[in-house]
Amino acid sequence: MLTLLGVAVMVAGFLIRVNPLIAIAAAALVSGLAAGLHPDAILATFGKAFRDSRYVTLVFLVLPVIGILERYGLQERSRQLIAGFRTATPGRLLLAYLVIRQAFAAIGLTAVGGHAQMVRPLVAPMAESALGEDAGKASRARIRAFAASADNVGAFFGEDIFVAVGSILLIKAFLEQSGVIVQPFELSLWAIPTAVLALVIHGTRLLLLDRRTATSDKGK
Amino acid sequence: MLTLEHAYVFAGLVFAAYAVLGLRDRRYANALFWALVAAMFLAGSHVSETTNGAIALALLLLGGSGLLSRGHRETTDRATRMASAMRRGNALFVPALIIPATAVAGTLVAKQMSFAGHPAIDPKQVTVISLAIGVALAWLAATIWLRPPVLAPLEEGRRLMDTVSWAAILPQMLAALGAVFALAGVGRAVGTLATNTIPLTEPLAAVAVYCVGMALFTIVMGNAFAAFPVMTAAIGLPLIVHTFGGNPAIMGAIGMLSGFCGTLVTPMAANFNIVPAALLDLDRNAVIRAQIPTALVLLPANTFLMYFLVFRFGTH
Repeated sequence: MLTLLGVAVMVAGFLIRVNPLIAIAAAALVSGLAAGLHPDAILATFGKAFRDSRYVTLVFLVLPVIGILERYGLQERSRQLIAGFRTATPGRLLLAYLVIRQAFAAIGLTAVGGHAQMVRPLVAPMAESALGEDAGKASRARIRAFAASADNVGAFFGEDIFVAVGSILLIKAFLEQSGVIVQPFELSLWAIPTAVLALVIHGTRLLLLDRRTATSDKGK
Repeated sequence: MLTLEHAYVFAGLVFAAYAVLGLRDRRYANALFWALVAAMFLAGSHVSETTNGAIALALLLLGGSGLLSRGHRETTDRATRMASAMRRGNALFVPALIIPATAVAGTLVAKQMSFAGHPAIDPKQVTVISLAIGVALAWLAATIWLRPPVLAPLEEGRRLMDTVSWAAILPQMLAALGAVFALAGVGRAVGTLATNTIPLTEPLAAVAVYCVGMALFTIVMGNAFAAFPVMTAAIGLPLIVHTFGGNPAIMGAIGMLSGFCGTLVTPMAANFNIVPAALLDLDRNAVIRAQIPTALVLLPANTFLMYFLVFRFGTH
């Protein structure tokens, strides 16, 4: 029961807003010691899992390419492109991106999208440009935040429809360890209702964004 | 065969370059931080688990110390960029799209590609390896076409990396914390606590505690993958499936997605919530604020969805 102190450390760190890295170091130590582990064993366990999950950090390899293209005007080009479409609004544009992102994720192509590759250089500048020239700073920031949210919601609630994605395999593997056999196909099938709900809820909010932006800027 | 190890060497060299450039720029803390990340990529597979742990600990303390500096000046001004964008037009999108295109192509065709009887790309990690290949191709294409100064991609990469800062290694650290928690038996303890304190005699109560618990545990751990084994062993399997006869596939699928509602609102899920806020020049919690209402509607909707489906299509 004492090992739960590790979870308590994480919650406390969260509440008093210490740097999450410090909270993680403290939580690992507290939880391990409370379970009677030797500090060396805690360090080795932490180190092994840290090493084995290095692939997560590989995504930052895209930054030099995105950076060099931005130096030659990638973001500006994204804005110019959207400025040519008179009917584009931020809400409609982000809804289109949400649908595309979710559809691609549902067929296993989560690589199409991402904050560094797509949102920063392409989607966010396009959505901001659709706001028009005279939009306020707060409206622009809100649109950029929603551009990131469209990427997240699309990816999270699309990927589980694909049978071979990590979370589906994790569910299957864990249930199997516990003696319950399920087929990946069933799991992806039952991910569909939530996927539809997520699309409807977040999609509606994106469209409402246009109305909210229009009224808030009128007052300025 | 191209393996993850090749991608790690590539990443290690890039981070080593950030360290050297940071040193030249007198950002010593940043230089040390990226040097440690480079060591993790280059040496991680060849040194002991304890040494990896020591590298991780150094990153935790340095990253948490507040010594890392952010903020670089733009390398070219807005007028230059506008002019370049006008002149080069939509061709600028091509190198950017090489990366996802290669990742997709790799994912789709890697199984068929082989070299002297061995697969050309390690089939288990095909998406991340293809991503690294895509980066190499796009880097080459941009260099040949735009002819920037040789160090420019690395300088630009370092500029963006310093913006992301310590949040870059948070997901890896949370995975490592999950391993320590597993060894320490945190999952079992949560299960005991939940079943002893909340009376779960009604199917709806069990479903609600399971779904909300998935979200809450994900908020703390930053990752639904860490929450799933804990909550499913504690409540999902013993109560929803075994006691009330629910369908395990429906429980698993909707349970995991309830966890994702937690991912939408936690700063611990740094790569989804904090990294984009940094990349988009936003307040740290701006992306989370945009996602909270969606999560607050979706989580109860999911709970009722599970309640109505899981017993209707039950297996017993």
